[in-house]
Amino acid sequence: MAGPGLKDATAIVGIGQTAFARHLPEDEKTLACRAVLAALDDAGIAPGEVDALASYTMEETDEVELAKAVGFGDLTYFSKVGYGGGGSCATVAHLAAAIAAGQATVGVAWRSRKRGSGPRPWRNTAAQLPTPAQWTRPFGLLRPADEIAMLTRRYMHEYGATRDHLFNVALACRNRANQNPAAVMHERPLTREMYMTSRWISEPLCLFDNCLETDGALACVVVSRERARDCRRTPVYVHSAAQGLPAQHHGMVNYWNDDPLTGPAWTAARHLWKHADFTPEDVDVAQIYDAFTALVPLSLEGYGFCGRGEGGAFTEQGALEIGGRLPVNTGGGGLSEAYVHGFNLLNEGVRQLRGSSTAQVPGAATCLVTAGEGVPTSALLLRS
Amino acid sequence: MLNPVIDTDGAPFWEYAARGELRVQACADCGEARFPPRPCCPHCQSFASEWRPVSGRGRVWSYVVPHPPLLPDYAEQAPYNVVVVELEELPRIRLVGNLVSRAGAPLGSLDPQRVRIGARVQVVFCDGLPQWVLS
Repeated sequence: MAGPGLKDATAIVGIGQTAFARHLPEDEKTLACRAVLAALDDAGIAPGEVDALASYTMEETDEVELAKAVGFGDLTYFSKVGYGGGGSCATVAHLAAAIAAGQATVGVAWRSRKRGSGPRPWRNTAAQLPTPAQWTRPFGLLRPADEIAMLTRRYMHEYGATRDHLFNVALACRNRANQNPAAVMHERPLTREMYMTSRWISEPLCLFDNCLETDGALACVVVSRERARDCRRTPVYVHSAAQGLPAQHHGMVNYWNDDPLTGPAWTAARHLWKHADFTPEDVDVAQIYDAFTALVPLSLEGYGFCGRGEGGAFTEQGALEIGGRLPVNTGGGGLSEAYVHGFNLLNEGVRQLRGSSTAQVPGAATCLVTAGEGVPTSALLLRS
Repeated sequence: MLNPVIDTDGAPFWEYAARGELRVQACADCGEARFPPRPCCPHCQSFASEWRPVSGRGRVWSYVVPHPPLLPDYAEQAPYNVVVVELEELPRIRLVGNLVSRAGAPLGSLDPQRVRIGARVQVVFCDGLPQWVLS
């Protein structure tokens, strides 16, 4: 392999966020500014030192507006990653690559979104991509929940996964949110009866299988390993990073290749582990993208925590809870903390490795963070 | 109801559907069928394609039953099924559609309890849109 690569070459040294709520009064641009400035303050780095940015293509606050507002210096690298929640970890991966390659020195990644009080994207029938508009929407497959429910039903059919397995995911996230005062679902416990009797959204997915609809913004700061030593906080190293777009994959509606139940997680995982010094067994805590509960068992398989078809069974006996085989989504995740396209999972991964999570895994030294499964995705291995 | 927003690659599918024919794009050189349609063959990179007639028989690969909130025209018919059908001759070709009680029936016309993975189905057409009925 040529060159030292990305391994531990960069670190996340600052994280910031706004409040999370169904409705926040400020607009997305203002929320973005607040999250970015909070992350820089956390790092102890002045805005004028920032020279790299990364965000999502769906982010509506562009670089020019953000840079003008918060007073960034001259930017020499800026990048945006597509595919919604599949891009979360890739924002940090792009900054890490740029900094490791010498294209920049201080990078900020962010996501600001008013998905709670703003319109639901699927309601916009004027701006549609060719595939859904032509091959799925006319038949009433309208929402992301419908598209993922289709794969979920097939997954349950092929492997014998059950609604109880999906409930285990929802419950673990809710339990962690109950410990996290910043979570939208803080102090709102979930029971099996509530889950099993809740209304359907798209059978086999019920209300509690779906993530929250949240207003909020988050950001983090990435610098070189050397620079990280001088920052205010304990560095959290980007140990390995990957994106994944498998051959013949089709985002969200992956019904058209030979094996629809092995998705982008498998592709990202191969690269991620190839460049890592540790294995899935060594992961202390994971933040797994959870726009829908069913994405978690799929991701557990894809990232190698269990075999194919075993993701449902893996969730049994409290495996995802604190003290279980693999505690996940320790801030509450998209299901119960906030749904901001997975960026809250990144910041929670950093908190775990700083030892400052509200649901701290004792001695956590390694964390997997994943972006959306079911779309072209990305993932990070973080270490302290 | 949402009409298909047809692009260049998909236009022949809908032209055949308007005549009551189900056809699938296939490579005119190596013969591999592909869906959704696209400009060239991912197996041999040929730009030559043909539209191959199929029997219209298939099996339900998976299905969902959406409930509101939905777009108004769909909410009125909910709960209804949406199925993915794998074609008998080309099981890797899977089409999204609705399993209905008869051609032209509304989306919610079939009792959801009658939808099963593996159920044998047959294509029918209504106003140029493929639908599926139990065989």
